Amino acid sequence: MHVLSFILEAMSPYHFSIALGGVVAGTVIGALPGLTATMAIAVLVPLTFSMSPTAALILMGAIYTGAIYGGAYSAILLNTPGTPSAIATTLDGYPMAKRGDGDLAVTLACISSVVGGLIGAAFLLALAPPLAKVALAFGPVEYFWLAIFGLTLISALSEGNLLKGLIGGCLGMLLTTIGVAEISSDIRFTFGSRTLIGGIEPVSALIGLYCIPVLIDLVATPARHLKVTSSNRGFRLREALSLTWRHKFNVLRSSVIGTIVGILPGAGGSISGLVAYSEARRTSKHTANFGNGEPEGVQASESANNATVGGGLIPTLVLGIPGTPPDAVILGALLVQGVRTGPNLFVSGESSIIYVFIAGLFLATLLMLPTGLLVGRYAYRFIITVPKAVLVPTVAFMTIIGTYAIRNNMSDVVIMIVLGAIGWVLDRCGFKPSPIVLGLILSRIAEQGFVQGWTIGGARGSIIAEFFARPISAGIIGFICISLFYPIIARRWKRNKEL
Amino acid sequence: MKTFYKILLTVTAFAIVVTFGLITTASAEFPDKPIHYIIPFGPGGESDVTARFQEPFFKEKFGENLVIEYKPGGGGAVGWAQLNTMKGDGYTIMGTNLPHIIIKPLQTNVGFTTDGIINVYMFHYTPDAICVTTDSPYKTLKDLIDFAKKNPGKMIFSGSGKGSANHLAQVIFDGMAGIKTTYVAFKGTGASVTALLGKQVTAEWGYTTVPAKYEGTRMLAVAMEKRHPVFPDVPTFTELGFDLVSGAYRGIAVPKSTPEPIRKKLSNMIDEINHDPAFIKKMEDNGFAMLNATYGSKVDAFMAKQKKVITQAAKDAGIVK
Repeated sequence: MHVLSFILEAMSPYHFSIALGGVVAGTVIGALPGLTATMAIAVLVPLTFSMSPTAALILMGAIYTGAIYGGAYSAILLNTPGTPSAIATTLDGYPMAKRGDGDLAVTLACISSVVGGLIGAAFLLALAPPLAKVALAFGPVEYFWLAIFGLTLISALSEGNLLKGLIGGCLGMLLTTIGVAEISSDIRFTFGSRTLIGGIEPVSALIGLYCIPVLIDLVATPARHLKVTSSNRGFRLREALSLTWRHKFNVLRSSVIGTIVGILPGAGGSISGLVAYSEARRTSKHTANFGNGEPEGVQASESANNATVGGGLIPTLVLGIPGTPPDAVILGALLVQGVRTGPNLFVSGESSIIYVFIAGLFLATLLMLPTGLLVGRYAYRFIITVPKAVLVPTVAFMTIIGTYAIRNNMSDVVIMIVLGAIGWVLDRCGFKPSPIVLGLILSRIAEQGFVQGWTIGGARGSIIAEFFARPISAGIIGFICISLFYPIIARRWKRNKEL
Repeated sequence: MKTFYKILLTVTAFAIVVTFGLITTASAEFPDKPIHYIIPFGPGGESDVTARFQEPFFKEKFGENLVIEYKPGGGGAVGWAQLNTMKGDGYTIMGTNLPHIIIKPLQTNVGFTTDGIINVYMFHYTPDAICVTTDSPYKTLKDLIDFAKKNPGKMIFSGSGKGSANHLAQVIFDGMAGIKTTYVAFKGTGASVTALLGKQVTAEWGYTTVPAKYEGTRMLAVAMEKRHPVFPDVPTFTELGFDLVSGAYRGIAVPKSTPEPIRKKLSNMIDEINHDPAFIKKMEDNGFAMLNATYGSKVDAFMAKQKKVITQAAKDAGIVK
């Protein structure tokens, strides 16, 4: 009867209100570009000192899961990922909103997030200790290949103009080299400038590259921001549910991908969303429609990024190794609370904290459905009804506040605006922001993995064996090949059939 | 965000005033409002966690909040470069880390100098330690040295960062023991331990915080003067014949314009927390080691000594010319 008592404890009015408040606050914070889940949790840490460890965990978990979902709003409605996790959501979410299906996209994102969140939490509940081993199986070389796998997505993102996509990706990769190098701590390409020493923060680059061009275009063109259909169609919940049912395998696969990528420390929501998106695109019947407002794209990204919440907590709670950046903050708060992480947490009877917390996480995820739909509807209404003269300054103001808040640093704001202007010009020339951002985020991981793998391989005697002969590496290389050559093979195959 | 933060702050501050029976009415004495404690790294790291440990004690003893803020970037350089431009009224303090504040300015112009930073207190350090997995074949430091002597370069250590305490310890120890090992820098202790537990490397140059936090790890030796109270069975390097006492030292600095009496007062306050048995226990249980370098001659002497040792080690490691 343990299970029931845990659920009942999580459902106590106090915990319930904490979960609800956390989800609402998280959703709103996540929706504002620049204000990330990590920051939201960090700000609230002092507040949790006066709470019991269980209540503190539930609050942090609720904010976390809410924030990851909230990032979808601005991704869909403004083409600006509210948190890095929502990068892949912009790819199809914004085109959907453009053609007048923003309400459907928001509802779809909400359902997918809830499903993804529940699946991630289920893995955390049932299989945490064995799954934590996955985190340890991934060495530097595996991270290198995983990042390369992510980069192959550039080819998918730049349909029609691969060359420009690749150039964009390279630009992003070059931008990451500015500042203090992550592991070698060399100071690179700062040209003596104090603004550049902190490097290009990915989130501020993201805001600049995605949001500023949208703002400029809003001012430059007389048309409305999003197409509005005359009738009020409510939440379009039924439509969204039937879409979810039709693509249930997509949602399930993406959630599993999200959980696994979440377990890997150093990967996180942005990568899980991108990997799930690329898999959804590859296996879909409507591959050509991806990037032009294909609902499956939104589903893949949103279910995957919310599944990382549960996935990321697995190594955090079992090994004390944070799976994602917000987990690092949760772990720090737990240390202060005096909770010791480790496999013992999951031995039943040892401590009920963890199970009440997981029950609380389920609860928070479920609460995301009503709150998400309501907040989403409000956000959609706001975006389509306010006049441009209000919308543009509001969003512009938010981007500046958001960028500043990431590291409490004005330099990031300057970099964001400059990158935004460059991004707008590049966009005009056919260079889309996504490959640039992909390069920016992934090359950091690739570089670390490459340097570490090279050193370790050198010490072990064979660099080639280190990079190619490890089983997981070989598996990822296989995926890279499929992702790169699948379109060619598929085309050949089709042609042969026709002959 | 800022407003939300302010409201939060006001509410908590108000609550404290009420609970402590309006002690603030007593005076306009320092501190009479919350102190901003800037950590030049992101949340969740050891600099953050130890500041969080101080937070409740500060509130309890001095009746004001210690508001922790983050200003990460450039391995801490972004924050330290701005420190002396901040208001020197005692209400802004910033965490400082060694060897960072010594090595960074040696590398290039990072917008601050080591001597330009006014440290008012050094309150603890995480001593360097060689960590292995519990099932590792290396039972003693001697086992490890024997292997490394026979197989130059084959002993692979993970460690947190390059030019960090871990890296310098590896360079110094290699010289002392007459061995050649490979050091692989990871981003932070968490990643470095993950590599150890995942058997990507043979051992880790870590800290005493590692076995306190991660199951499945143990230490072969610690770089402390005396054994760590929580790990009485682990010998020090000194006992084993290597004169190595080192680690990641953490302190608190103020902007240059902060008046002398306030610097002293802050130092006394941190000193008081540092001598609270509950605080000491919390720190030590988590693997940290206490340090009481108060403002003035003590912290100056400490910095002068570290500057010499660290600069030399950084030159040996080829990090600075």
